[in-house]
Amino acid sequence: MTEPSRRTALKRTGALAAAAMAAGLLRPTEAFADWNKSAFESKTVADALRNLKVASPADSKDIVIRAPDIAENGAVVPIEIQSNIPGTRSIAVLIEKNPFPYAASFDFAQGAALPFVALRVKMGETSNVRVVVATADGKFHAAAKEVKVTIGGCGG
Amino acid sequence: MGDPMKIRAKLDGDVLDVRVLMAHPMETGQRKDGAGNLVPLHFIQTMTAQLNGKPVLEAETSQAISRNPVFGFKLKGAKTGDKRTDEVTVPTG
Repeated sequence: MTEPSRRTALKRTGALAAAAMAAGLLRPTEAFADWNKSAFESKTVADALRNLKVASPADSKDIVIRAPDIAENGAVVPIEIQSNIPGTRSIAVLIEKNPFPYAASFDFAQGAALPFVALRVKMGETSNVRVVVATADGKFHAAAKEVKVTIGGCGG
Repeated sequence: MGDPMKIRAKLDGDVLDVRVLMAHPMETGQRKDGAGNLVPLHFIQTMTAQLNGKPVLEAETSQAISRNPVFGFKLKGAKTGDKRTDEVTVPTG
């Protein structure tokens, strides 16, 4: 009888495929899985923080935000962020009044990268720049700085 | 894209000060071209910096990053003569 052997063979390949799937070898290729789409598409800070799974960030004076008080050109606003909180794992930047507030986040390898980042962002109008720091112990810390914008950086 | 990035690094004590400039339009999807048509969204989504083959910084970014983005960061444990690699993923849409 050839039928049973064919059956077992089929079963075997099936099992093999399942094992490969489990091992992550045949995972469907998901482009930019790390990119938090829901957070980036949030239109309010509260929604963005919820989608970033940030729970009750405590205000902290140990986050230093260097940004201009008045930005002449909202298309290019230089911001430098330094976290003096021990165990800083990541820094997220949100521009409160932008159409999509969540601008970027940076994950630091412990011990290899200092919790510092410099970037340039677009700002549609005068707004708070909010920084949320996540630490290795799972806590969140926040700070904000207002930047006045004379010419908006979106549209145009 | 030719040579999309310029990288400068300065060693200050044991801290490496890195600046990266990327040539990219970072379209917000809200800007209109000369004919009044919306220019579609087009921006850098993820960025990874590696030092001696080890990832040290990972970033996810939105269209709110300025055109021709400049990022600065500080790394520890770098020595003169170290090689660095870096990678930018530029998706469409």
